[in-house]
Amino acid sequence: MNIPFLKTDALPFCKGCGHDLIAKNTTRALEKLGFKPLDVIIVTDIGCHGIIDKCLNTHTVHGLHGRSAALGAGITFGVEEPGKKVIVFIGDGGSTIGLQHIMEAARLNLNMTVVVHNNFLYGMTGGQTSGLTPHGFNTTTSFEGNPYAGYDICALSHTAGASHVTRVMGIGDISDKLAVAFGTRGFSLVEVMEICPSYGMKLNPKRKLSEIVESAGKEIGEWFNQREPFNIRQGKKIADLLEKTRPVEKGFKSYLKKNTSVILSGSAGEGVQLAASLLCKAAMRSGLSITQKGSYPVTVGVGFSTAEINLSPEEIHFHGIAVPDMVVITSGDGLAHNKQRIAKMKDGFLFIDQSLEVPSTGAQVIQHNFRGIGARNASIFSIFFLAMKTGIISTESILKTIEEEGMTEKLPVAKIKEALVQ
Amino acid sequence: MQEKSKGSRVLIDGSRLMIEALARAGADAFIGYPITPANLLYQYGSQRMELMLAAPDEITTLQWMSGLAATGKLPVTATSFPGFALMLESMNMAYMMELPMVIILVQRLGPATGTATCGAQGDLLLLKGMISGGHPIPVLATADFMDCWQLSAKAAEIAVSLRTPVVLLTSKEEVMTHKSFNLDLLQEINKVERKEFQLDCEYKSYKPTDFVPDFLPVTQKRYQVRLNASTHDQTGILQHSNEESMANTRRLEEKVLHRMKAHYYYTFDEQKEASKLVIAYGITSSAAIDAVEMLRGQGEKVSLLIPKTLIPCPDFYRELILNYPRVVIAEENINHQFASLLFGQNFPENLAFCGSLGKMISPGEIMEEVNK
Repeated sequence: MNIPFLKTDALPFCKGCGHDLIAKNTTRALEKLGFKPLDVIIVTDIGCHGIIDKCLNTHTVHGLHGRSAALGAGITFGVEEPGKKVIVFIGDGGSTIGLQHIMEAARLNLNMTVVVHNNFLYGMTGGQTSGLTPHGFNTTTSFEGNPYAGYDICALSHTAGASHVTRVMGIGDISDKLAVAFGTRGFSLVEVMEICPSYGMKLNPKRKLSEIVESAGKEIGEWFNQREPFNIRQGKKIADLLEKTRPVEKGFKSYLKKNTSVILSGSAGEGVQLAASLLCKAAMRSGLSITQKGSYPVTVGVGFSTAEINLSPEEIHFHGIAVPDMVVITSGDGLAHNKQRIAKMKDGFLFIDQSLEVPSTGAQVIQHNFRGIGARNASIFSIFFLAMKTGIISTESILKTIEEEGMTEKLPVAKIKEALVQ
Repeated sequence: MQEKSKGSRVLIDGSRLMIEALARAGADAFIGYPITPANLLYQYGSQRMELMLAAPDEITTLQWMSGLAATGKLPVTATSFPGFALMLESMNMAYMMELPMVIILVQRLGPATGTATCGAQGDLLLLKGMISGGHPIPVLATADFMDCWQLSAKAAEIAVSLRTPVVLLTSKEEVMTHKSFNLDLLQEINKVERKEFQLDCEYKSYKPTDFVPDFLPVTQKRYQVRLNASTHDQTGILQHSNEESMANTRRLEEKVLHRMKAHYYYTFDEQKEASKLVIAYGITSSAAIDAVEMLRGQGEKVSLLIPKTLIPCPDFYRELILNYPRVVIAEENINHQFASLLFGQNFPENLAFCGSLGKMISPGEIMEEVNK
C-alpha cells in the first residue's frame, strides 16, 4: 500500500495561506521524484509553517525558531544511506534569525533543500517586520511601510555557493520547481513568495503579490553554481591518542626528598615550554612525579612565557604554586611576569640572566649568562644549569631525554655542555 | 603516597584522557568552535573522532550535534562559558528531543569573557537552572586524571542510556595541566551500545520503557520517527498542555532523577570519630586531598567528600553534611555555589566556606578554615 506524504488534505493553515500550497506541492514533487515518506526527513521550526509536521507521514523533526537549517544540516552530515532527502521548512522570520545557518549550509553545499516560506512578516507572533519583509510593506510594527529593504535570501545563498537557488511565486502548481530543488545534488533553496492572509493582506489592501515582489526588486528565477555537493573530508585520524604519548622509562636517580616547585620564565619563542617539558620528562626519568603548566599572554607569539613545574618523590595532587622554591629567569619579559612572586620568596633559589637587574627577594640569587648561548636556547641551557647547581636531577637525565625525544640534532647539546663547564 | 606502579608513565594532560575515553565509549563525532581553555579538547577531538566538523558558532555546534544524534551518532563538544551560553537554548532542545550527546564545559574566570586563561568554578548554578522548568540535566565533575578517563566514559554511557545531553564539568587547570601519569592504572572502557527499537509493533518516538523511550534514527524506514522540541505527546506531536504531553514533560525530570541513581559518583574518605568534614569537587579536590592529609598528620580527625555527580545531587551529600558538627566546602568562587545547590540560601549553621576568585585554592587555605 502506498502511504501518502500527507495524512490529510485539510491542513491547519489560515484560509488563503501559501503554506498550504507549499506543503501540498512538496508532497507532489516528492512523489514525482519517487520518494517514499520514510525516505524523507522534514525539519521544521517555530513559525506558522512548523505546524505542518503533525500532518506528515515522513520523519519529522520540529526544532527551535530559525534553527531548522542547522538542525537539518546536522542530520545531513549523519545520513549515510543513499536515497534519503532532508528538507527544511523555515519562515522569513526564521531565515532572519538563522541566516548564518542557511549561509553555512550553502557554503558547504550540503545535500539538503531549504524551503523559505516568505510571507513577509512574523505571522505567528503578531505580524511584525522580519529581515525579509520588502521595503514599503506594511506590518504591525511598520504601519507606514517597512523603511528598509529585506535580505535577498536567494542572492545570498547563491553567492554563498548553493548548487541551486530559485524564487517562485506561491501561486498555482510549483511542484516542478520544488522537484528540481529536491533532486539537486548539493544545497538547494527555494524562496516561495506569499502574503500572510491574517496580517499581510489586511495591512496591505489592494496590493498584489506580483506587484510587491516586483517593487521589492526580487526577481523570479533560478540560479546555479556548478559545484560538487558536500563530501565529508577528514584529515588523518589517530586511532589511539594514548599511543601518541611516549612512555618515560626510569633510568636515573633523584635525591629530591620533598615537593619542589620550579618556575621557568622567559620570552615567547625562546623555548621555555620545550625546556619545561624536557625538565619534566628528565625528572620522570629520575623517578619523580611532576606537574607542568604553561602560562603566556593570549598573543602567544610575544611577551612572557612561563612554565610552572612541581617535582616530587610522591604523587602530586595540588599543583598550584603561590611561592616557588626555585625560579629561573632568562629574559626581561619573564622577570616582569614573576616579580611579585620572586619578592615573596623567603628562601630557595633565583637563577637570573646576568643582563637583568636583580629584583628584591629572600631567595639565594645566582646570576649567569643564560642568553650568551643565544636567546632561542637560553631556557634549554638554564635547565641544565639548574640541574647542575641544585642536584634535583642529573644533567645526564636531561641529555637522555633529549636523545629519547629525537632532539639531539635540533638542540645545541655540545655548545650547552661546553657552556656548563665555563 | 607513592605512585603504585611505574609502568607506562607518561606526561599527559586531562584533555587527551577525556577525548580518548569518550571515543572508546562510543562517541564518534566531535563538533567544535574554538575557545580557550577548551582548545586542547578540540584539537584531540578533531584528531581522534571518526567525524569532526568545525561549526561556525556554538548555536550551530549544538544544532549540528542534535542532527547527528538524530541519525544515531554520539556527538561531543567542548566549550567554556561564553560558548556554553550560546548553546543553552539548543541544549534545551536536545534535552526535550531526548538526543544523546556530551558537552564538556571547561570553566574559566567570568563574568562574560572574564579571563580566558584563568580557571574558576563559577558555572555550577548556571547548570542547575539551565533547563527551562528547572529540570535536571546530568552533570558529572572530574576531580583528577582517573576521572577524566572514567567519568568521560560514564558521561557517554549516561547520554546513550538516558537519551539526554550530559555535561562533563571541568576547569582550565584540569584540562591544560600536564602531569606524570601511569597509563597502566586506566581501566578498560567498553563501547556503549545503542539499542534500537526492535519490536514488530507500533513505535512511538516518546513512549518510554523505564522512563526512557526506545531510540530509532531518522534514517531508518521501518517506523516513522518524530522528534520535537516543543511540548509533545508520546507520538512526538506538538500539544499545548494536555495530560499526555504534561506526563511526557514530567517524565523528562523523573527520567534523570530516577535513572541517575545508578550513576551517583563520589569519593568519601571517612575517618572514624571525625567531627570535621571537608568537601571539594573538581579542581579544588586536589587541594582538599592534600589539606586533609596534612590535617590528619597534625592529629586532626577529618573526613573528605569529593562529589562527582553534581546534578542531580544525591541526598547522601546533604545527609552527610548534617551529620558533621563542622563542614568546610571549598570551591573556586565567592558565592558558595555547591552549598546553594544543596541548601538554597538557607545554609546549615555547621557550614563554613573556603572560596577564591582568580586563583586556585591552596591546601593551606582549606586547613586554615578547618582549624578556625
